Amino acid sequence: MYYPPRSKDWLAHKLLLFSSRSAAAVSASVLVLAIAVVTLESLPAIRDIGLWRMLSDESWHPSSDSFGLAPMLLGTVLVTVLAIVIAAPLAVVSAVFRQFYAPRALGGIYRRLIELLAGIPSVVFGLWGLTVLVPLISRIEPPGASLLAASLVLALMILPTIELISATALADVPHHHYLAARALGLSREQAVWKVVMPSAVSGICAGTILGVARAAGETMAVMMVAGNVVQFPDSVFAPVRTLSANIALEVAYAVDLHRASLFASGLIMIIMTLFAFCCAEAIAHSRKSYRVGRA
Amino acid sequence: MSVALDDRPTNASGHGRLLVLALTWLAPAIVAAAFLWLIGDVVLRGIGGVDWNFIVDVPRNAGRAGGIAPIIVSTFLVILVCVAVAVPLSLFAALFLAEFSRASVPMSRIIRLSLNCLAAVPSIVFGIFGNALFCVALGMGYSILSGGLTLACMVLPILIRTMENAIRAVPEDYRLGAAALGLSKSQVIIRVILPLSIPGLLVGLLLGVGRALAETAALVFTSGYVDRMPSSLLDSGRTLSIHILDLSMNVAGGDKNAYASVLVLGVLILVINSGIAALLFFSKRRSGLTS
Repeated sequence: MYYPPRSKDWLAHKLLLFSSRSAAAVSASVLVLAIAVVTLESLPAIRDIGLWRMLSDESWHPSSDSFGLAPMLLGTVLVTVLAIVIAAPLAVVSAVFRQFYAPRALGGIYRRLIELLAGIPSVVFGLWGLTVLVPLISRIEPPGASLLAASLVLALMILPTIELISATALADVPHHHYLAARALGLSREQAVWKVVMPSAVSGICAGTILGVARAAGETMAVMMVAGNVVQFPDSVFAPVRTLSANIALEVAYAVDLHRASLFASGLIMIIMTLFAFCCAEAIAHSRKSYRVGRA
Repeated sequence: MSVALDDRPTNASGHGRLLVLALTWLAPAIVAAAFLWLIGDVVLRGIGGVDWNFIVDVPRNAGRAGGIAPIIVSTFLVILVCVAVAVPLSLFAALFLAEFSRASVPMSRIIRLSLNCLAAVPSIVFGIFGNALFCVALGMGYSILSGGLTLACMVLPILIRTMENAIRAVPEDYRLGAAALGLSKSQVIIRVILPLSIPGLLVGLLLGVGRALAETAALVFTSGYVDRMPSSLLDSGRTLSIHILDLSMNVAGGDKNAYASVLVLGVLILVINSGIAALLFFSKRRSGLTS
Protein backbone atom coordinates (compact mmCIF):
# COMPACT_ATOMS: atom_id res chain seq x y z
CA MET A 1 0.00 0.00 0.00
CA TYR A 2 1.22 3.52 -0.75
CA TYR A 3 1.63 6.00 2.07
CA PRO A 4 2.51 9.64 1.50
CA PRO A 5 5.94 9.99 3.12
CA ARG A 6 6.07 11.63 6.55
CA SER A 7 2.29 11.51 6.97
CA LYS A 8 0.80 10.30 10.23
CA ASP A 9 -0.08 6.97 8.67
CA TRP A 10 3.37 6.54 7.24
CA LEU A 11 4.87 7.04 10.69
CA ALA A 12 2.41 4.67 12.34
CA HIS A 13 3.08 2.05 9.72
CA LYS A 14 6.87 2.38 10.04
CA LEU A 15 6.64 2.20 13.83
CA LEU A 16 4.41 -0.85 13.79
CA LEU A 17 6.55 -2.60 11.20
CA PHE A 18 9.75 -1.79 13.05
CA SER A 19 8.49 -2.92 16.46
CA SER A 20 6.95 -6.14 15.16
CA ARG A 21 10.09 -6.97 13.19
CA SER A 22 12.36 -6.39 16.14
CA ALA A 23 10.08 -8.29 18.51
CA ALA A 24 10.13 -11.25 16.13
CA ALA A 25 13.91 -11.05 15.84
CA VAL A 26 14.34 -10.85 19.63
CA SER A 27 12.01 -13.81 20.19
CA ALA A 28 13.83 -15.89 17.62
CA SER A 29 17.22 -15.11 19.11
CA VAL A 30 16.26 -16.35 22.60
CA LEU A 31 17.04 -19.90 21.49
CA VAL A 32 20.42 -18.86 20.11
CA LEU A 33 21.12 -16.91 23.29
CA ALA A 34 20.18 -19.85 25.51
CA ILE A 35 22.36 -22.29 23.57
CA ALA A 36 25.22 -19.77 23.47
CA VAL A 37 25.11 -19.10 27.22
CA VAL A 38 24.96 -22.77 28.15
CA THR A 39 27.75 -23.61 25.69
CA LEU A 40 29.93 -20.77 26.94
CA GLU A 41 29.47 -21.86 30.54
CA SER A 42 30.31 -25.46 29.70
CA LEU A 43 33.42 -24.64 27.65
CA PRO A 44 35.86 -25.11 30.57
CA ALA A 45 34.47 -28.60 31.12
CA ILE A 46 34.64 -29.52 27.44
CA ARG A 47 38.20 -28.15 27.22
CA ASP A 48 39.66 -29.44 30.48
CA ILE A 49 37.75 -32.65 30.98
CA GLY A 50 36.62 -33.53 27.49
CA LEU A 51 33.53 -35.35 26.36
CA TRP A 52 35.25 -38.72 26.41
CA ARG A 53 36.16 -38.53 30.09
CA MET A 54 32.63 -37.43 30.96
CA LEU A 55 31.37 -40.67 29.44
CA SER A 56 34.13 -43.00 30.58
CA ASP A 57 35.06 -41.78 34.09
CA GLU A 58 34.20 -44.44 36.64
CA SER A 59 32.18 -42.27 38.97
CA TRP A 60 30.77 -38.82 39.66
CA HIS A 61 32.93 -37.14 42.31
CA PRO A 62 33.49 -33.62 41.01
CA SER A 63 35.47 -32.63 44.11
CA SER A 64 38.07 -35.37 43.45
CA ASP A 65 38.29 -34.76 39.72
CA SER A 66 36.03 -37.53 38.53
CA PHE A 67 33.27 -36.53 36.14
CA GLY A 68 31.53 -39.67 34.89
CA LEU A 69 28.09 -38.81 33.58
CA ALA A 70 27.43 -42.33 32.31
CA PRO A 71 25.30 -43.48 35.28
CA MET A 72 23.14 -40.36 34.97
CA LEU A 73 22.82 -40.77 31.20
CA LEU A 74 21.76 -44.38 31.69
CA GLY A 75 19.39 -43.27 34.47
CA THR A 76 17.73 -40.75 32.16
CA VAL A 77 17.42 -43.30 29.36
CA LEU A 78 16.01 -46.03 31.63
CA VAL A 79 13.49 -43.79 33.38
CA THR A 80 12.36 -42.37 30.03
CA VAL A 81 12.07 -45.74 28.27
CA LEU A 82 10.17 -47.33 31.15
CA ALA A 83 7.83 -44.34 31.38
CA ILE A 84 7.09 -44.52 27.66
CA VAL A 85 6.54 -48.27 27.80
CA ILE A 86 3.95 -47.71 30.53
CA ALA A 87 2.34 -44.56 29.14
CA ALA A 88 2.25 -45.07 25.36
CA PRO A 89 -0.04 -48.13 25.21
CA LEU A 90 -2.41 -46.65 27.79
CA ALA A 91 -2.47 -43.33 25.96
CA VAL A 92 -3.00 -44.78 22.47
CA VAL A 93 -5.74 -47.14 23.60
CA SER A 94 -7.34 -44.27 25.53
CA ALA A 95 -7.35 -42.21 22.36
CA VAL A 96 -8.95 -45.07 20.42
CA PHE A 97 -11.50 -45.42 23.19
CA ARG A 98 -12.34 -41.74 23.07
CA GLN A 99 -12.62 -41.60 19.27
CA PHE A 100 -14.43 -44.86 18.51
CA TYR A 101 -15.95 -46.43 21.62
CA ALA A 102 -16.95 -43.89 24.21
CA PRO A 103 -20.50 -42.56 24.23
CA ARG A 104 -20.45 -38.85 23.40
CA ALA A 105 -20.88 -37.58 26.95
CA LEU A 106 -18.35 -39.99 28.44
CA GLY A 107 -15.82 -39.10 25.73
CA GLY A 108 -16.22 -35.42 26.54
CA ILE A 109 -15.72 -36.02 30.24
CA TYR A 110 -12.69 -38.18 29.55
CA ARG A 111 -11.16 -35.49 27.35
CA ARG A 112 -11.66 -32.95 30.12
CA LEU A 113 -10.00 -35.33 32.56
CA ILE A 114 -6.97 -35.75 30.30
CA GLU A 115 -6.68 -31.98 29.87
CA LEU A 116 -6.80 -31.48 33.63
CA LEU A 117 -4.12 -34.14 34.03
CA ALA A 118 -1.99 -32.25 31.50
CA GLY A 119 -2.33 -29.07 33.56
CA ILE A 120 -1.12 -30.51 36.86
CA PRO A 121 2.27 -29.00 37.80
CA SER A 122 5.17 -31.44 37.91
CA VAL A 123 5.92 -30.63 41.52
CA VAL A 124 2.45 -31.91 42.45
CA PHE A 125 3.14 -35.22 40.72
CA GLY A 126 6.42 -35.32 42.61
CA LEU A 127 4.81 -34.65 45.98
CA TRP A 128 2.15 -37.27 45.38
CA GLY A 129 4.73 -39.79 44.21
CA LEU A 130 6.89 -39.11 47.23
CA THR A 131 4.12 -39.40 49.80
CA VAL A 132 1.92 -42.08 48.21
CA LEU A 133 3.76 -44.16 45.60
CA VAL A 134 7.16 -44.35 47.28
CA PRO A 135 5.82 -45.78 50.57
CA LEU A 136 3.77 -48.30 48.58
CA ILE A 137 6.79 -49.42 46.55
CA SER A 138 8.99 -49.59 49.63
CA ARG A 139 6.57 -52.13 51.05
CA ILE A 140 7.38 -54.42 48.12
CA GLU A 141 11.07 -53.64 48.18
CA PRO A 142 12.84 -50.83 50.06
CA PRO A 143 13.88 -48.06 49.72
CA GLY A 144 10.91 -47.17 47.51
CA ALA A 145 12.42 -44.09 45.91
CA SER A 146 13.48 -45.85 42.76
CA LEU A 147 13.62 -46.20 39.00
CA LEU A 148 10.12 -47.67 39.14
CA ALA A 149 8.66 -44.80 41.16
CA ALA A 150 10.20 -42.24 38.80
CA SER A 151 8.91 -44.06 35.73
CA LEU A 152 5.39 -44.40 37.11
CA VAL A 153 5.15 -40.72 38.02
CA LEU A 154 6.66 -39.72 34.70
CA ALA A 155 4.30 -42.03 32.81
CA LEU A 156 1.33 -40.29 34.38
CA MET A 157 2.80 -36.92 33.42
CA ILE A 158 3.47 -37.64 29.73
CA LEU A 159 0.32 -39.68 29.17
CA PRO A 160 -1.85 -36.62 28.39
CA THR A 161 0.64 -35.35 25.78
CA ILE A 162 0.59 -38.66 23.91
CA GLU A 163 -3.16 -39.13 24.36
CA LEU A 164 -4.12 -35.71 23.02
CA ILE A 165 -1.80 -35.93 19.99
CA SER A 166 -2.89 -39.52 19.23
CA ALA A 167 -6.56 -38.55 19.40
CA THR A 168 -5.90 -35.69 16.97
CA ALA A 169 -4.04 -38.06 14.64
CA LEU A 170 -6.96 -40.52 14.77
CA ALA A 171 -9.49 -37.74 14.15
CA ASP A 172 -7.44 -36.56 11.17
CA VAL A 173 -8.03 -39.84 9.34
CA PRO A 174 -11.13 -39.24 7.20
CA HIS A 175 -14.14 -40.81 8.86
CA HIS A 176 -15.31 -42.42 5.62
CA HIS A 177 -12.30 -44.74 5.75
CA TYR A 178 -13.75 -46.17 8.92
CA LEU A 179 -17.27 -46.25 7.51
CA ALA A 180 -16.10 -47.96 4.31
CA ALA A 181 -14.27 -50.59 6.33
CA ARG A 182 -17.38 -51.23 8.39
CA ALA A 183 -19.51 -51.41 5.25
CA LEU A 184 -17.15 -54.08 3.89
CA GLY A 185 -18.02 -56.18 6.90
CA LEU A 186 -15.01 -55.54 9.13
CA SER A 187 -15.67 -55.48 12.85
CA ARG A 188 -15.16 -52.28 14.78
CA GLU A 189 -11.87 -53.60 16.16
CA GLN A 190 -10.59 -54.57 12.71
CA ALA A 191 -11.67 -51.25 11.22
CA VAL A 192 -9.93 -49.29 13.96
CA TRP A 193 -6.69 -51.24 14.21
CA LYS A 194 -6.23 -52.38 10.60
CA VAL A 195 -7.66 -49.44 8.61
CA VAL A 196 -7.61 -46.26 10.67
CA MET A 197 -4.52 -46.96 12.78
CA PRO A 198 -2.04 -47.37 9.88
CA SER A 199 -2.96 -43.88 8.66
CA ALA A 200 -2.68 -42.39 12.12
CA VAL A 201 0.49 -44.15 13.21
CA SER A 202 2.93 -41.46 12.07
CA GLY A 203 1.04 -38.79 14.00
CA ILE A 204 0.99 -41.03 17.05
CA CYS A 205 4.74 -41.61 16.72
CA ALA A 206 5.34 -37.87 16.54
CA GLY A 207 3.29 -37.45 19.72
CA THR A 208 5.19 -40.23 21.45
CA ILE A 209 8.52 -38.66 20.56
CA LEU A 210 7.38 -35.36 22.01
CA GLY A 211 6.45 -37.37 25.10
CA VAL A 212 9.95 -38.83 25.14
CA ALA A 213 11.49 -35.37 24.92
CA ARG A 214 9.33 -34.14 27.76
CA ALA A 215 10.15 -37.20 29.86
CA ALA A 216 13.90 -36.90 29.30
CA GLY A 217 13.82 -33.24 30.31
CA GLU A 218 11.51 -33.53 33.29
CA THR A 219 13.31 -32.61 36.46
CA MET A 220 11.42 -31.92 39.64
CA ALA A 221 8.97 -34.81 39.77
CA VAL A 222 11.73 -37.28 38.91
CA MET A 223 14.16 -35.78 41.39
CA MET A 224 11.60 -36.07 44.16
CA VAL A 225 10.94 -39.79 43.73
CA ALA A 226 14.00 -41.35 42.04
CA GLY A 227 16.25 -41.61 45.09
CA ASN A 228 19.10 -39.79 43.32
CA VAL A 229 21.89 -42.27 44.05
CA VAL A 230 24.58 -42.10 41.35
CA GLN A 231 24.82 -45.71 40.24
CA PHE A 232 24.02 -48.15 37.47
CA PRO A 233 20.70 -49.57 38.69
CA ASP A 234 20.51 -53.36 38.99
CA SER A 235 16.73 -53.55 39.22
CA VAL A 236 13.67 -51.35 38.85
CA PHE A 237 13.63 -50.99 42.63
CA ALA A 238 17.09 -49.42 42.73
CA PRO A 239 17.41 -45.66 43.17
CA VAL A 240 18.78 -43.76 40.17
CA ARG A 241 19.81 -40.23 39.36
CA THR A 242 18.93 -38.61 36.04
CA LEU A 243 20.92 -35.93 34.22
CA SER A 244 18.30 -33.29 34.95
CA ALA A 245 18.06 -34.21 38.63
CA ASN A 246 21.86 -34.07 38.83
CA ILE A 247 21.80 -30.48 37.58
CA ALA A 248 18.99 -29.49 39.90
CA LEU A 249 20.64 -31.06 42.94
CA GLU A 250 24.10 -29.60 42.51
CA VAL A 251 24.03 -26.37 40.52
CA ALA A 252 23.19 -24.30 43.59
CA TYR A 253 26.59 -24.89 45.20
CA ALA A 254 28.77 -26.02 42.29
CA VAL A 255 31.77 -23.88 41.29
CA ASP A 256 34.42 -23.89 38.55
CA LEU A 257 34.81 -27.19 36.70
CA HIS A 258 31.98 -28.78 38.63
CA ARG A 259 29.60 -26.02 37.54
CA ALA A 260 30.92 -26.20 33.99
CA SER A 261 30.35 -29.95 33.85
CA LEU A 262 26.76 -29.42 34.99
CA PHE A 263 26.25 -26.93 32.18
CA ALA A 264 27.82 -29.48 29.84
CA SER A 265 25.18 -31.99 30.87
CA GLY A 266 22.61 -29.25 30.21
CA LEU A 267 24.09 -28.93 26.75
CA ILE A 268 23.76 -32.68 26.27
CA MET A 269 20.10 -32.38 27.24
CA ILE A 270 19.55 -29.57 24.73
CA ILE A 271 21.13 -31.66 21.98
CA MET A 272 19.03 -34.69 22.96
CA THR A 273 15.75 -32.75 22.92
CA LEU A 274 16.53 -30.94 19.67
CA PHE A 275 17.33 -34.32 18.12
CA ALA A 276 13.99 -35.70 19.35
CA PHE A 277 12.27 -32.59 18.04
CA CYS A 278 13.82 -33.04 14.58
CA CYS A 279 12.72 -36.70 14.53
CA ALA A 280 9.16 -35.71 15.42
CA GLU A 281 9.17 -33.04 12.70
CA ALA A 282 10.54 -35.48 10.11
CA ILE A 283 7.86 -38.04 10.96
CA ALA A 284 5.12 -35.44 10.93
CA HIS A 285 6.26 -34.31 7.46
CA SER A 286 6.42 -37.86 6.14
CA ARG A 287 2.79 -38.10 7.17
CA LYS A 288 1.91 -35.27 4.83
CA SER A 289 3.50 -36.97 1.82
CA TYR A 290 1.78 -40.20 2.80
CA ARG A 291 -1.56 -38.46 2.64
CA VAL A 292 -1.22 -36.87 -0.75
CA GLY A 293 -3.12 -39.70 -2.35
CA ARG A 294 -6.01 -39.73 0.05
CA ALA A 295 -9.51 -38.87 -1.00
CA MET B 1 -20.55 -43.60 16.65
CA SER B 2 -23.29 -42.74 14.26
CA VAL B 3 -23.35 -46.17 12.60
CA ALA B 4 -25.17 -48.81 14.54
CA LEU B 5 -23.87 -52.10 13.20
CA ASP B 6 -24.08 -55.48 14.79
CA ASP B 7 -21.16 -55.69 17.19
CA ARG B 8 -21.84 -59.15 18.53
CA PRO B 9 -18.79 -61.40 18.36
CA THR B 10 -18.92 -63.76 15.42
CA ASN B 11 -17.31 -67.14 14.76
CA ALA B 12 -13.73 -68.03 15.66
CA SER B 13 -12.40 -64.56 16.39
CA GLY B 14 -15.10 -63.85 18.97
CA HIS B 15 -12.97 -64.33 22.06
CA GLY B 16 -10.14 -62.26 20.63
CA ARG B 17 -12.55 -59.45 19.88
CA LEU B 18 -13.99 -59.57 23.37
CA LEU B 19 -10.47 -59.34 24.76
CA VAL B 20 -9.69 -56.29 22.59
CA LEU B 21 -12.97 -54.71 23.65
CA ALA B 22 -12.19 -55.34 27.33
CA LEU B 23 -8.70 -53.86 26.98
CA THR B 24 -10.10 -50.82 25.19
CA TRP B 25 -12.29 -50.05 28.18
CA LEU B 26 -9.65 -51.09 30.71
CA ALA B 27 -6.97 -48.57 29.62
CA PRO B 28 -9.06 -45.42 30.12
CA ALA B 29 -10.38 -46.92 33.35
CA ILE B 30 -6.80 -47.25 34.65
CA VAL B 31 -5.99 -43.68 33.62
CA ALA B 32 -9.15 -42.32 35.22
CA ALA B 33 -8.50 -44.31 38.40
CA ALA B 34 -4.94 -42.96 38.67
CA PHE B 35 -6.21 -39.44 38.11
CA LEU B 36 -8.92 -39.73 40.74
CA TRP B 37 -6.46 -41.31 43.16
CA LEU B 38 -4.09 -38.37 42.75
CA ILE B 39 -6.77 -35.68 42.94
CA GLY B 40 -8.46 -37.42 45.85
CA ASP B 41 -5.22 -37.57 47.80
CA VAL B 42 -4.44 -33.92 47.13
CA VAL B 43 -7.88 -32.73 48.18
CA LEU B 44 -8.19 -34.99 51.23
CA ARG B 45 -4.72 -34.20 52.56
CA GLY B 46 -4.81 -30.53 51.68
CA ILE B 47 -8.30 -29.46 52.66
CA GLY B 48 -7.60 -29.58 56.41
CA GLY B 49 -4.70 -27.15 56.12
CA VAL B 50 -6.34 -24.41 54.10
CA ASP B 51 -8.16 -21.65 55.93
CA TRP B 52 -8.03 -17.87 55.89
CA ASN B 53 -5.05 -17.83 58.26
CA PHE B 54 -3.09 -20.05 55.90
CA ILE B 55 -3.52 -17.48 53.12
CA VAL B 56 -2.67 -14.37 55.15
CA ASP B 57 -0.06 -15.67 57.61
CA VAL B 58 3.71 -15.85 57.08
CA PRO B 59 5.45 -19.26 57.11
CA ARG B 60 6.73 -20.30 60.52
CA ASN B 61 9.10 -23.08 61.54
CA ALA B 62 10.46 -23.49 57.97
CA GLY B 63 6.94 -23.70 56.60
CA ARG B 64 5.67 -26.49 58.85
CA ALA B 65 3.34 -24.02 60.50
CA GLY B 66 1.94 -20.63 59.60
CA GLY B 67 0.79 -19.67 56.12
CA ILE B 68 1.93 -18.72 52.67
CA ALA B 69 1.20 -14.99 52.31
CA PRO B 70 4.73 -13.95 51.16
CA ILE B 71 4.83 -16.94 48.84
CA ILE B 72 1.60 -15.91 47.13
CA VAL B 73 2.93 -12.37 46.78
CA SER B 74 6.22 -13.61 45.29
CA THR B 75 4.36 -15.89 42.90
CA PHE B 76 2.27 -12.99 41.61
CA LEU B 77 5.32 -10.74 41.29
CA VAL B 78 7.27 -13.33 39.30
CA ILE B 79 4.29 -13.82 37.00
CA LEU B 80 3.85 -10.07 36.70
CA VAL B 81 7.45 -9.61 35.56
CA CYS B 82 7.10 -12.54 33.16
CA VAL B 83 3.87 -11.19 31.67
CA ALA B 84 5.12 -7.60 31.47
CA VAL B 85 8.10 -8.72 29.40
CA ALA B 86 6.66 -11.60 27.42
CA VAL B 87 3.25 -10.22 26.41
CA PRO B 88 4.34 -7.09 24.47
CA LEU B 89 7.16 -9.05 22.86
CA SER B 90 4.86 -11.90 21.88
CA LEU B 91 2.12 -9.60 20.65
CA PHE B 92 4.43 -7.79 18.24
CA ALA B 93 6.17 -10.99 17.18
CA ALA B 94 2.77 -12.57 16.52
CA LEU B 95 1.74 -9.48 14.54
CA PHE B 96 4.87 -9.87 12.46
CA LEU B 97 4.21 -13.55 11.77
CA ALA B 98 0.52 -13.09 11.04
CA GLU B 99 0.35 -9.72 9.27
CA PHE B 100 3.77 -8.61 8.05
CA SER B 101 5.25 -11.77 6.55
CA ARG B 102 4.12 -14.72 4.51
CA ALA B 103 4.55 -18.18 6.02
CA SER B 104 6.86 -19.23 3.19
CA VAL B 105 9.38 -16.41 3.61
CA PRO B 106 12.71 -17.74 5.00
CA MET B 107 12.72 -15.17 7.80
CA SER B 108 9.38 -16.26 9.18
CA ARG B 109 10.26 -19.95 8.74
CA ILE B 110 13.45 -19.45 10.72
CA ILE B 111 11.54 -17.64 13.48
CA ARG B 112 8.94 -20.39 13.64
CA LEU B 113 11.57 -23.14 13.72
CA SER B 114 13.50 -21.34 16.43
CA LEU B 115 10.37 -20.92 18.55
CA ASN B 116 9.37 -24.56 18.12
CA CYS B 117 12.83 -25.65 19.22
CA LEU B 118 12.64 -23.27 22.17
CA ALA B 119 9.38 -24.89 23.21
CA ALA B 120 11.15 -28.26 23.31
CA VAL B 121 14.00 -27.13 25.57
CA PRO B 122 13.63 -28.68 29.06
CA SER B 123 12.79 -26.25 31.84
CA ILE B 124 15.85 -27.11 33.92
CA VAL B 125 17.98 -25.87 31.01
CA PHE B 126 16.09 -22.56 31.17
CA GLY B 127 16.89 -22.62 34.88
CA ILE B 128 20.66 -22.83 34.44
CA PHE B 129 20.54 -20.45 31.46
CA GLY B 130 18.70 -17.86 33.56
CA ASN B 131 21.05 -18.46 36.43
CA ALA B 132 24.14 -17.90 34.27
CA LEU B 133 22.75 -14.93 32.34
CA PHE B 134 20.44 -12.98 34.66
CA CYS B 135 21.72 -13.92 38.11
CA VAL B 136 25.46 -14.03 37.46
CA ALA B 137 26.40 -12.26 34.22
CA LEU B 138 23.90 -9.40 34.54
CA GLY B 139 24.30 -9.23 38.29
CA MET B 140 20.66 -9.49 39.29
CA GLY B 141 21.38 -12.30 41.74
CA TYR B 142 18.66 -14.62 42.97
CA SER B 143 15.72 -12.30 42.47
CA ILE B 144 12.13 -12.07 41.38
CA LEU B 145 13.37 -10.14 38.36
CA SER B 146 15.71 -12.95 37.25
CA GLY B 147 12.96 -15.51 37.77
CA GLY B 148 10.39 -13.51 35.84
CA LEU B 149 12.76 -12.89 32.94
CA THR B 150 13.70 -16.58 32.76
CA LEU B 151 10.03 -17.51 32.74
CA ALA B 152 9.38 -14.94 30.02
CA CYS B 153 11.93 -16.69 27.77
CA MET B 154 10.24 -19.96 28.52
CA VAL B 155 6.63 -18.98 27.79
CA LEU B 156 7.46 -17.03 24.61
CA PRO B 157 6.77 -19.90 22.18
CA ILE B 158 3.33 -20.78 23.56
CA LEU B 159 2.35 -17.11 23.83
CA ILE B 160 3.41 -16.28 20.29
CA ARG B 161 1.73 -19.37 18.84
CA THR B 162 -1.66 -18.70 20.45
CA MET B 163 -1.53 -14.96 19.72
CA GLU B 164 -0.62 -15.59 16.08
CA ASN B 165 -3.55 -17.99 15.77
CA ALA B 166 -5.83 -15.43 17.39
CA ILE B 167 -4.81 -12.76 14.90
CA ARG B 168 -5.09 -15.13 11.95
CA ALA B 169 -8.57 -16.16 13.07
CA VAL B 170 -9.92 -12.72 12.16
CA PRO B 171 -11.63 -13.38 8.81
CA GLU B 172 -10.02 -11.95 5.69
CA ASP B 173 -13.29 -10.10 4.93
CA TYR B 174 -12.69 -7.76 7.86
CA ARG B 175 -9.28 -6.79 6.52
CA LEU B 176 -10.58 -6.26 3.01
CA GLY B 177 -13.65 -4.40 4.21
CA ALA B 178 -11.60 -2.08 6.38
CA ALA B 179 -9.12 -1.48 3.57
CA ALA B 180 -11.99 -0.75 1.17
CA LEU B 181 -13.21 1.92 3.58
CA GLY B 182 -9.84 3.63 3.19
CA LEU B 183 -8.10 2.55 6.38
CA SER B 184 -4.35 2.15 6.12
CA LYS B 185 -2.76 -1.13 7.13
CA SER B 186 -1.68 0.16 10.53
CA GLN B 187 -5.20 1.48 11.15
CA VAL B 188 -6.67 -1.86 10.10
CA ILE B 189 -4.42 -3.62 12.59
CA ILE B 190 -4.97 -1.22 15.48
CA ARG B 191 -8.69 -0.56 15.01
CA VAL B 192 -10.03 -3.77 13.51
CA ILE B 193 -7.80 -6.77 13.91
CA LEU B 194 -6.46 -6.29 17.43
CA PRO B 195 -9.85 -5.46 19.03
CA LEU B 196 -11.41 -8.48 17.32
CA SER B 197 -8.68 -10.83 18.47
CA ILE B 198 -8.69 -9.73 22.12
CA PRO B 199 -10.37 -12.92 23.42
CA GLY B 200 -7.79 -15.06 21.62
CA LEU B 201 -4.95 -12.88 22.86
CA LEU B 202 -6.26 -13.25 26.40
CA VAL B 203 -6.31 -17.03 25.96
CA GLY B 204 -2.62 -16.85 25.07
CA LEU B 205 -1.93 -14.70 28.09
CA LEU B 206 -3.74 -17.11 30.41
CA LEU B 207 -1.95 -20.14 28.92
CA GLY B 208 1.34 -18.41 29.61
CA VAL B 209 0.33 -17.59 33.17
CA GLY B 210 -0.72 -21.20 33.68
CA ARG B 211 2.65 -22.45 32.49
CA ALA B 212 4.39 -19.94 34.72
CA LEU B 213 2.36 -20.97 37.78
CA ALA B 214 3.22 -24.62 37.28
CA GLU B 215 6.92 -24.04 36.74
CA THR B 216 9.50 -25.09 39.29
CA ALA B 217 12.75 -26.14 37.66
CA ALA B 218 13.32 -22.85 35.84
CA LEU B 219 12.76 -20.83 39.01
CA VAL B 220 14.69 -22.67 41.72
CA PHE B 221 18.02 -21.22 40.55
CA THR B 222 16.74 -17.85 39.40
CA SER B 223 14.13 -16.53 41.82
CA GLY B 224 15.47 -18.53 44.72
CA TYR B 225 14.24 -19.95 48.00
CA VAL B 226 13.80 -17.04 50.39
CA ASP B 227 10.35 -17.15 52.00
CA ARG B 228 10.23 -13.63 53.43
CA MET B 229 7.90 -11.00 52.07
CA PRO B 230 9.75 -9.44 49.10
CA SER B 231 10.28 -5.69 49.37
CA SER B 232 11.48 -5.15 45.81
CA LEU B 233 11.84 -6.98 42.52
CA LEU B 234 15.52 -7.51 43.30
CA ASP B 235 14.68 -9.58 46.38
CA SER B 236 14.65 -13.33 46.15
CA GLY B 237 11.12 -14.68 46.25
CA ARG B 238 9.83 -18.20 46.67
CA THR B 239 6.94 -19.18 44.41
CA LEU B 240 4.19 -21.62 45.35
CA SER B 241 5.65 -24.52 43.39
CA ILE B 242 9.10 -24.01 44.91
CA HIS B 243 7.48 -23.84 48.35
CA ILE B 244 5.86 -27.22 47.69
CA LEU B 245 9.18 -28.64 46.49
CA ASP B 246 11.03 -27.33 49.52
CA LEU B 247 8.45 -28.52 52.04
CA SER B 248 8.38 -32.03 50.64
CA MET B 249 12.12 -32.46 49.96
CA ASN B 250 13.91 -30.49 52.66
CA VAL B 251 11.48 -30.10 55.56
CA ALA B 252 10.59 -33.19 57.57
CA GLY B 253 6.95 -32.96 58.58
CA GLY B 254 6.16 -30.35 55.95
CA ASP B 255 3.81 -32.63 54.00
CA LYS B 256 0.62 -31.23 55.48
CA ASN B 257 1.36 -27.66 54.46
CA ALA B 258 2.80 -28.88 51.16
CA TYR B 259 -0.56 -30.44 50.31
CA ALA B 260 -2.37 -27.33 51.48
CA SER B 261 -0.18 -25.25 49.15
CA VAL B 262 -0.89 -27.69 46.33
CA LEU B 263 -4.58 -27.08 46.89
CA VAL B 264 -4.10 -23.30 46.65
CA LEU B 265 -2.01 -23.75 43.49
CA GLY B 266 -4.63 -26.12 42.08
CA VAL B 267 -7.41 -23.60 42.65
CA LEU B 268 -5.38 -20.89 40.89
CA ILE B 269 -4.75 -23.19 37.91
CA LEU B 270 -8.41 -24.21 37.79
CA VAL B 271 -9.46 -20.55 37.75
CA ILE B 272 -7.11 -19.91 34.84
CA ASN B 273 -8.29 -22.99 32.93
CA SER B 274 -11.91 -21.99 33.44
CA GLY B 275 -11.06 -18.50 32.22
CA ILE B 276 -9.62 -19.98 29.04
CA ALA B 277 -12.63 -22.22 28.51
CA ALA B 278 -15.04 -19.32 29.08
CA LEU B 279 -13.14 -17.03 26.69
CA LEU B 280 -13.11 -19.68 23.98
CA PHE B 281 -16.80 -20.37 24.49
CA PHE B 282 -17.92 -16.74 24.40
CA SER B 283 -15.67 -15.64 21.57
CA LYS B 284 -17.00 -18.48 19.43
CA ARG B 285 -20.58 -17.62 20.23
CA ARG B 286 -20.33 -13.89 19.79
CA SER B 287 -18.58 -13.47 16.50
CA GLY B 288 -17.99 -16.86 15.00
CA LEU B 289 -14.26 -16.31 15.47
CA THR B 290 -12.17 -19.12 16.82
CA SER B 291 -8.67 -19.07 18.11
